[in-house]
Amino acid sequence: MNADLDIFSDGYVAFVKEDCPTCLLIEPVLSRLAELGQLNAVFSQDNKDFPALDITIDDSDLRLSFQHGIETVPSLLKFQDGVEVGRLVGWLKSEWEDFCESPDLCSESFQNFSPGCGSLSVSPDLLPSLEKRYGSGLGSRLVEFAAAEDEVERMYELGWSDGLPLVPPTSERVLRMLDGTTRSSDEILASVPPNLVDLSIEKIAINAVMAGCKPEYLPIVISALEAVCTDEFNMHGLLATTMPVGPVMFVNGPIRNEIGMNSGMNLLGQGNRANSTIGRAVQLTIRNVGGGKPGGVDRATHGSPAKVGLCFAEDEEGSPWPSYSQSQGFSSSQNTVTVFPGEGPRLITDQLSRSPDELARSLAIGLISNCHPKIVLGMDAILVISPEHAARFADAGWSKDDLNSAIIEQSIRSTDDLIRGANGIAEGLPEDFAGMELPKFRPDGGLIIVFGGGGAGLFSTSIAGWLSGDKGSKYTTKEIAK
Amino acid sequence: MTVKVLDPTSEVIRKPVAIPARLQTLDGSSIGLLDISKPRGNVFLDALEELLIQAGADVKRFVKPTFTKPAPVDLRHEIASQCDAVIEALAD
Repeated sequence: MNADLDIFSDGYVAFVKEDCPTCLLIEPVLSRLAELGQLNAVFSQDNKDFPALDITIDDSDLRLSFQHGIETVPSLLKFQDGVEVGRLVGWLKSEWEDFCESPDLCSESFQNFSPGCGSLSVSPDLLPSLEKRYGSGLGSRLVEFAAAEDEVERMYELGWSDGLPLVPPTSERVLRMLDGTTRSSDEILASVPPNLVDLSIEKIAINAVMAGCKPEYLPIVISALEAVCTDEFNMHGLLATTMPVGPVMFVNGPIRNEIGMNSGMNLLGQGNRANSTIGRAVQLTIRNVGGGKPGGVDRATHGSPAKVGLCFAEDEEGSPWPSYSQSQGFSSSQNTVTVFPGEGPRLITDQLSRSPDELARSLAIGLISNCHPKIVLGMDAILVISPEHAARFADAGWSKDDLNSAIIEQSIRSTDDLIRGANGIAEGLPEDFAGMELPKFRPDGGLIIVFGGGGAGLFSTSIAGWLSGDKGSKYTTKEIAK
Repeated sequence: MTVKVLDPTSEVIRKPVAIPARLQTLDGSSIGLLDISKPRGNVFLDALEELLIQAGADVKRFVKPTFTKPAPVDLRHEIASQCDAVIEALAD
């Protein structure tokens, strides 16, 4: 049966609840309007028998109240040709008589005025479930800012921002964002540190909107968060440490070009929307859903601008070597995101080396200063190698593995120079490491080489890692699921 | 015109946890000392242990597997069930 169409075609409908003194007061008025044949229905929110009229309809599921945007009861709505042409809220005798074009709705002595009560359909406790069932399908609480409030300022005051302005996550924007994934908005992706609370796709989409992402970036954000929210990646540790680290991300596969990521000039810098907002969306989710905020669980001594969010793409087309994800066993048609516990980028200059051997030696000594020159093996690193540097190796026929091995070999130092107190520097390895030869990075994955950057510049960039392995964080590569 | 936005937070409201009663005396109390596995934390805890034993406390030592992660649930349970109070040492 679809009586809704007739009811909302021509005439009046009222929304009431018994738990409203004004609704009780106007019961005779509603009865009179029904007698006059003007009132098509009374929708009752809390008692299907109130008012006791033939036209009373149970709306205790609040579907129609919600869908008609009823904020106050009683509300009287007028329809013409299936379109709402006006509505009254509360009770004002003269107003009702004019609106209904009936001068005798009630007796002379009837109370003139009584304000209405809040509709159950806008109760803060019920609103999210109504929104999910009858509205946008989204289950998050709606936060309403008054007309005179600046929503951007209010979002700062609510503590949602990383310090930069946020895009207001309206239902419309969040729904558009969710178009970027085939996953259900209520799917729980992970338990997000540090508070270990359920992370739904919807909450990720909200934070992605705020970060400035486009819907087509969302699958990367989701997969990155899935990779970050594991015991092995240890996001809790990355937050709690006093070191300036966060999840550094880079993307491989066709999605880089589909969404316009930058893998060339200034790839680690500003100016590209995807690069700038994907990492930010991950960090905002950790902040807002996980509760990981600076000064709270985040105890970084200095932090780093990279902690706003650092994400870039490998230049697979320009690279003389297979991509990083291919070296991990993925095909060139697979999209992946690699998450790495890292600091901000730092330049390694070498404008003079021309042979691969001397440049490998030079890059190694540049990388040795990661964290501290006298600390070795505990931390991994990403080396973003520029086209001009990579050409020195590719021209000589070196593979990426050749380069990786050469750098690690060239980073080997006598631990007598690295132990505590050696060279007049207290910092260093414990004394029982004396008499050994150790490289800066573990040979089995301690150095990640990624190709990217502008065509000019005899520089490469080091992204220093945090404690690696079981005792710290394990970086990982994940296929991006759309 | 008002603006409505969706809450980006977890919306989880955690119940406040009551602070346990303060120990009235160290004498006869069981005190846990938690080493977070960071260099030199043991130096501080060794010194504390001596002082606590002098004060009549029964000292139990515990070690986290790594300082970079929260203490495992089993370890937290062990400490809570065996100790009247715990002192966790940071380090460096």
